[in-house]
Amino acid sequence: MSQFIQVILSGLATGSIYALAAVGFTLVWQAARTVNFAQGEFVMLPAFFVLAAMKFLHVPFSLALVLGLAFSIIALGYLFKQLIVQPLLYQQQSLNLIIATMALSLLLKESVKTFYSGQAEPFPSLFPDTSSNFFGAAVSLQDILIVISALAVVYLLTLFLDKTRTGRAMQAAAQNPNVAEILGVDVKRMTLYTFLINAALAAFASFLITPIYLAKFSSGEALGLAAFIAAIIGGFNSIRGAVAGGILLGLLDNITATYITASYRTALPLVLLIAVILLRPEGLFGKAEGRKV
Amino acid sequence: MNFFSWKCLGWVLLLAVLIIAPIGRGGYIISVLSLWLVYSIAAMGLNLTLGYAGQISLAQASFMAIGAYVSALLSMAGWPWLTTVPFSLLAAFVVGILLGYPALRVQGHYLAFVTLAFNTLVFLVLRNEDWLTGGIYGLSGMPRPNFSLFGFTLFDATQNLHFYYFILLLTVISALALWGIVRSPWGRAFKALRENPIRAESLGLDTRRITLLAFAIGSAYGGLSGAIMSPLVQFIDPASFTFAQSLRILLMVVVGGIGSFFGPFLGAAMAIILPEFMRFTDKYYLIIYALAVIIVLIFSPKGLWGMVENAGARIATWRKARATS
Amino acid sequence: MSSPVLSVKNISKSFGGIRAVRDVSLAVQPGEILGLIGPNGSGKSTLFNCILGQLQPDSGEVQFQGKPMSGLRPSALSRMGIGRTFQQLSVFPQLSVLENVILAGQEHKGSMLSRLLGKPDVGLTAEADQMIDFFRLTHLRNNPAGAMSYGQQKLLDAAMAFMSEPKLVLLDEPAGGVNPTMLGQLRDRLATFNREHQTTFVVIEHNMEFVMSLCHRVIVLAEGEIIAQGTPEEVRANQTVINAYLGG
Repeated sequence: MSQFIQVILSGLATGSIYALAAVGFTLVWQAARTVNFAQGEFVMLPAFFVLAAMKFLHVPFSLALVLGLAFSIIALGYLFKQLIVQPLLYQQQSLNLIIATMALSLLLKESVKTFYSGQAEPFPSLFPDTSSNFFGAAVSLQDILIVISALAVVYLLTLFLDKTRTGRAMQAAAQNPNVAEILGVDVKRMTLYTFLINAALAAFASFLITPIYLAKFSSGEALGLAAFIAAIIGGFNSIRGAVAGGILLGLLDNITATYITASYRTALPLVLLIAVILLRPEGLFGKAEGRKV
Repeated sequence: MNFFSWKCLGWVLLLAVLIIAPIGRGGYIISVLSLWLVYSIAAMGLNLTLGYAGQISLAQASFMAIGAYVSALLSMAGWPWLTTVPFSLLAAFVVGILLGYPALRVQGHYLAFVTLAFNTLVFLVLRNEDWLTGGIYGLSGMPRPNFSLFGFTLFDATQNLHFYYFILLLTVISALALWGIVRSPWGRAFKALRENPIRAESLGLDTRRITLLAFAIGSAYGGLSGAIMSPLVQFIDPASFTFAQSLRILLMVVVGGIGSFFGPFLGAAMAIILPEFMRFTDKYYLIIYALAVIIVLIFSPKGLWGMVENAGARIATWRKARATS
Repeated sequence: MSSPVLSVKNISKSFGGIRAVRDVSLAVQPGEILGLIGPNGSGKSTLFNCILGQLQPDSGEVQFQGKPMSGLRPSALSRMGIGRTFQQLSVFPQLSVLENVILAGQEHKGSMLSRLLGKPDVGLTAEADQMIDFFRLTHLRNNPAGAMSYGQQKLLDAAMAFMSEPKLVLLDEPAGGVNPTMLGQLRDRLATFNREHQTTFVVIEHNMEFVMSLCHRVIVLAEGEIIAQGTPEEVRANQTVINAYLGG
C-alpha cells in the first residue's frame, strides 16, 4: 500500500510536469497553428542554460535559474518565433513548419551534445529532497511540491488568460485572428506572447524534472513525446485537457512501469496515443475538429 | 536542345559517374556509396508519400526494419536472398496498408504522431522479442546474394565493388518503377491530391484510396531498402531503425526537394556522402545539417533540387535574352 | 413527365436556433437548367450543401434518379454521374490545362489497375482537346492552370465538371467574380453544352442577369422556404419575389 501511494505520488509529479509541457504545446498550436516538434528539447534545454551559467559565469544557483529562465524566454520564445515560425507560417507548403521544428529538435539536441556534454549531468533540485511520513508510507516532499507548484503555475496561467485584458486578447487572437484584428487586438504581439509563455512553461518544467532524471541531451525525445501524447489525449484544443492528459500519462506510466512491465513501458502511452487519434481525435476533453474530406 | 533532353543527358552522365566513381577506391568509399544508394531508395519511397501525396510519415525507418528483418531471418534460414525480397516488399506493403487505413483518416499533424508512435512500437518489439529478433544484439552474418548459373558464378557479391553494382542496378530499377508510377494516371492523381484534394475528390478520385496507395508504396520502398541493407552491412539491430532514423530520412527528402524526382538522391547524398568530404567538421556535421535543413526550408522551400531548377530556369532566360538582343 | 433527375423531399436544416432550410422540396427534370436564387440568408447555400452531402440535413431526403444520395463521399457521387463546380480554388494550378481536363475524366475510365499499367493519358487526349476547344481555351492548352485569368479558370472548372459526362451538374455561383465579357462566353458555353448533351444543371447564383438569361426554370428561396418558382419571366414579375429582395 505504501508503495502504491509513492507510485501514485511520483506519477502525479511527473504527470504535472508533462502537463506543463503539454499546456505550452497546446497554446502554441492554438495561437499559431504550429506543431512544435522541438517541445521536448525546449524542456531539455533550459536546465543546460542554468548549468552553463553556473559553470561559465560562476553565478550561484538561484541567479542561474533566473538567467536560465530569461534566456529561455528570449531564445525559445522570441527567437524561435521570429526566425523560424514567422517565415514559415504562411508558406504554401504548410508541412514545412512542422518539418523545420523537427530539424530544430535535432539541432538543439546535437548542439547540447557537442558544445556542452554527452553525459548525464546532475541538476540541483528546487525543493528539499526529504521524505515525510504519511500513513506509514515514505512520501517524497519533492514530489508533493512539484505537483503543487506545477498546478499553481497552470492555475495562474488560466487566471491570466481568463481574467486579464491581455489574456483575453490572446484568446481572441487565437480563436479568430481576423475578427480580433478588426476589434483592435494586436494579433502579432499576442502570438508572440504565446510563444514567450510556452518558453517560460517549458523552462519551469525543465527545472522541475531535470533534478529527477538528470540533464542529458537526449531526454528531449521522451519529454517531447510525453507532451504530444498528453496534449492529444487531452484534446489539442483544450488547456484543461492538456493538464488532464499530462497527469493521466504520468500516472499511467509509473503504474505500468512498476506493476506491469518494464520493457514495454513506453508502449502503453503510444498505444493510447494511436487509439485516441484514431477513435476520438478530439481527445478526451476537446471538441471535434471536423471530418477530413 | 530543350530542357528535357538536357535532363536525359544528365541522367546518362550521372549513371556513368556512378559506375566509374567507385573503381579503384578503397572499400570504405564503396560502402559509403552503397549505403547512399540504399538510403536513396528509402527516401524515394518517402518522397512519394510526402512529396506527392502530401502525408508526413515518421515511420519509414520501421518499414526498413520490417524489410531488413524479414530478409535477414529468411536468408539465415537458408533462403537465397533474391527470394526474400518479394517477402520484404510484401510485408512492408501490407503493414503500410494496415497502418495507413485507419491512420490516413486524420489530418497531417496527427499522422506524424501516429507514425512516430508506430515507429517506436516497432522498435520496442524488435528490442524486446529477442527470441525472434536477437533483441539489442540484433542479427548478424546475413549472407550476400549468390549468383551462379549452371555452376558458373556470375559475380561474386562478397566483393564490395560487385555488390555495389548490383545495388546500383536495383536502384535504377526502383527509380524506373517509380518514374513509371509517377508518369502514369496514378501520378497525375497523386499530384491532384497534393494540389487540390477537395476538387480531386469531386471529380471521382477516391482520395482516401490513392493516399493509402501512396503511403503503402512508399513503405514498400522502405522495405526494399531494408532488404538490401541486410546483406550489405551484414548486421542489423533495432538501433538502426529508431524514430531518429525516420526523421533523418524525412529530412533527406525535404532537403533534396519534396516532390521532385531527383530530390531523394540529393538529400541522401547530403546526409551520407557529404560528411565524408567534410571530415574536418566531424562532430559538428549533424548540427550543420540540421541548420541547413532549416535554412533550405525558409529560403528554398523546394529544396536543393529547387535551387538547381531555379538556376536552370535563369540560365534559360539568360540565353533567351542573349539570343534576342 | 419523365422521372426527375434530382428530387429533394422535405429537407430541413437548422443551426442552433436558426432554421436555415425549412421543409423544402423540389424536383429537377432531365435536361433542364434550374436556377436557385434568393437574397442573402435565404438558405440556398445550405440547401446546396445538403444536396451534395457536405451537410447532413435534420430531416428529409435527396434522391438522384430515384436512388438515395445521403452519406456518400464526393467521389462516389461523381461516379454516380453527379458533377459540380466550385466557387473558389477549383483547378489544379500547377498542372497544365490539358492535364486538368484529362484528370477530370480519368477516374471514370477503366479500373485502378488499368490506370497504372495503361497509357499515361488514359486515351483521353482527343476528348480532352474537344472539351478544351469547346470552352475556347485551346490557346492555353499547355499552360499551367493557375496562370490563367479568373474567368478562364471558371471555364476550365466547368470543362472539368463536364468531362466525365455527368447526368447532373451542380454549379456553385459560376458567375461570381467573372468580368462581363467573360460572363457572356460562360453563359453561352453552358447553354450550348446543355442543348447538345441534355445534361441537367442546377445553378446557384447571385447574379440575376446571369440566371435569368441561362435558366429554363427558377426557384426562389427566402428565409429557408420556396416563395416562388416558374420561368424567369414569371419569377421576375412576381411581387413576392420583389418584396423578398427589397424588403430585407
